Amino acid sequence: MSSIVNPHDHGHDDHHGAPSGFKRWLFTTNHKDIGSLYLIFALAMFIIGGAMAMVIRAELFQPGLQLVDPHFFNQMTTVHGLIMVFGAVMPAFTGLANWMIPMMIGAPDMALPRMNNWSFWILPFAFAMLLFSLFMEGGGPAFGWTFYAPLSTTYSNDNTALFVFAVHIMGISSIMGAINVVVTIVNLRAPGMTWMKLPLFVWTWLITAFLLIAVMPVLAGAVTMVLTDKYFGTSFFDAAGGGDPVMFQHIFWFFGHPEVYIMILPAFGVISTIVPTFSHKKLFGYASMVYATASIALLSFVVWAHHMFTTGMPLAGELFFMYATMLISVPTGVKVFNWVATMWRGAISFEVPMLFSIAFIVLFTLGGFSGLMLAITPADFQYHDTYFVVAHFHYVLVTGAVFSIMAAAYYWLPKWTGHMFNETLAKWHFWLSLISVNVLFFPMHFVGLAGMPRRIPDYALQFADFNAIISIGGFAFGLSQLLFVYVVYRCVKGGDAAPAKVWDGAEGLEWEVPSPAPYHTFSTPPEIK
Amino acid sequence: MHSALLKKLIIACLAMFAFAFALVPLYDVFCQVTGLNGKPSLEVAKASSRVDENRLVDVSFTTHAQQGAPFDVSAEQFKVTVKPGEVTKVAFSAANLSQQARVMQAIPSVSPGIASKYLHKMACFCFNQQPMKAGEKQDFELMFYVDTALPSEIEELTLSYTLFDITEQSQQVALEASQDEPTSMETSDE
Ligand code: HEM
Ligand SMILES: [Cu+2]
Repeated sequence: MSSIVNPHDHGHDDHHGAPSGFKRWLFTTNHKDIGSLYLIFALAMFIIGGAMAMVIRAELFQPGLQLVDPHFFNQMTTVHGLIMVFGAVMPAFTGLANWMIPMMIGAPDMALPRMNNWSFWILPFAFAMLLFSLFMEGGGPAFGWTFYAPLSTTYSNDNTALFVFAVHIMGISSIMGAINVVVTIVNLRAPGMTWMKLPLFVWTWLITAFLLIAVMPVLAGAVTMVLTDKYFGTSFFDAAGGGDPVMFQHIFWFFGHPEVYIMILPAFGVISTIVPTFSHKKLFGYASMVYATASIALLSFVVWAHHMFTTGMPLAGELFFMYATMLISVPTGVKVFNWVATMWRGAISFEVPMLFSIAFIVLFTLGGFSGLMLAITPADFQYHDTYFVVAHFHYVLVTGAVFSIMAAAYYWLPKWTGHMFNETLAKWHFWLSLISVNVLFFPMHFVGLAGMPRRIPDYALQFADFNAIISIGGFAFGLSQLLFVYVVYRCVKGGDAAPAKVWDGAEGLEWEVPSPAPYHTFSTPPEIK
Repeated sequence: MHSALLKKLIIACLAMFAFAFALVPLYDVFCQVTGLNGKPSLEVAKASSRVDENRLVDVSFTTHAQQGAPFDVSAEQFKVTVKPGEVTKVAFSAANLSQQARVMQAIPSVSPGIASKYLHKMACFCFNQQPMKAGEKQDFELMFYVDTALPSEIEELTLSYTLFDITEQSQQVALEASQDEPTSMETSDE
């Protein structure tokens, strides 16, 4: 039995020859294995979280209470949000980081491989615990993914402890992942890989990792305070005991706003990698991309209260957070400009990763615009807590973060598996997703502006037609993703052999190793020109 | 090779975890200095040395019970007009609307928030927890004055009380206290 804890023994053969079975995956410290685990886990969570969204849309298909009772509906909105944020988007990006960062900087593996194994394997327990609480008496968390006090303290049920511990574990996992990314990038770059030669995906992930290290501990602190308020008689957020419920929102959003950038900065990195490849041009404004990413990250710490305009802040506060929020759109605009300038007069070829990237640029920008509308304090008094906010963050998160993950998956799948995917099916997946996602989220802007509140299982009759359309879009989008699962599955199982350099415009060290990437790459550092 | 950097990053994490808790006192201090959240001091104030005879300020009172708290408290007068520095007494009548003994805690708040540090309370039922028997009626008193330094653009302010039912919390405290007691008596006996 003693030999099983030495995973290096397995690793010396080729990717395909490596011993299979559960133990290989359980004890692996190989960055490619762990990257795959993260990606598979994220996909599974995407499907589970998606199923919850289908429950939400089925209930909202018609006005009135039809299928589920309101308490269960609230659990669905809450757990859908938690799973998509912490279970799907964040692990997917960590998976991409694990696979690609060592290959992009010419390193043999991540710097801390054992910690890497831990940071993945605690995740399934966190989500098992969260999902398990749904089946317990009283049900799972029903206070929204933002778990505002006093909803999560005074008015929550006794299973809240499970939610708290699940969030603790997710936090520890992402912190370990982030530490690993920083140490890898700082210490393991191949000789000659200077800072300003780093691929942008690596840059954006480095900055994201610093954001994670800065704010995940604050989230851990917030859930800990909820735990002690609920079970141990403290009064951090309880006015009767001298605390302040509004303070919860400050602490939460101090984490929460940087968190939304944690979910989008790696996406910026992905798009900045893919767009030059298929435009057959160098990325326009590399240095400005790096500085824009860094300034977005810094600014993200001083805008949190744009989520709290209606809590009765003084005028000076409202104005400060309004202007600071609007300021973020400047570096974001720089990025969009650079992507468009990269495509400008390029010889663009419309392969599937590029299709997703172009959709990203257009639709993410749309989400940015609705964000700007929300940032106007007096306007936000009307928009806040309506479907307009739901439309905003789904444009930036689904057609933003998730589309970039799909683009990345299609871009690097041939490198990972050694097979080309079925391009016809992938194009079907793209077009079905593109159309359905807009049918799903675009009308939400209008029902939101007309006053339909979010997180409510029933609504006024005048919203009925739009909600039916939204639900149809939702089901179509959900089903389209099964096609994605199928394309990925087929590609893992077989397909035309992929060359080392899969896309002819691609640049970067990852294209210098064969496809599929061997189990060990860059055991001796490459030479960087 | 990695341990120096690793150590720094772990320290950064722990520091940020501590920072989350440091936000609690920081938030209170920030609000106190700026008067942003309208939370007045819960300490007994000393009488003012000076009365401003040339100015009048309207002070009105509102109360509301937190959802489910079975109390009714109302001020005898809805509004009083006072001179800054002059001590004023206001009577409140309170009732426990339930058929059980309950403990009430009133939490004051001042609007506009910036005025909260200029409203000084010399006596207030909000300084203590108020146990009330089933259906009991009580008279409470508030003694306050408005600071002579109140910015001149503020001509009226509102003192609002939110009433909380803290029976369970105070029972817990009482229970813990009574659990401690026998041991302390034992030691004194010996
Ligand atoms: C130009 C950039 C952006 C601006 C100006 C902006 C502005 C805002 C504002 C003002 C709100 C609060 C609305 C309300 O609750 O009334 C909001 C909510 C939100 N934003 Fe953005 N945003 C931007 C980009 C992003 C990005 C890139 C993401 C994520 C990838 C994001 C994710 C979210 C989420 C998740 C919420 C809702 C949180 C909740 O209440 O559950 N936003 N945004
Ligand atoms: Cu935000």
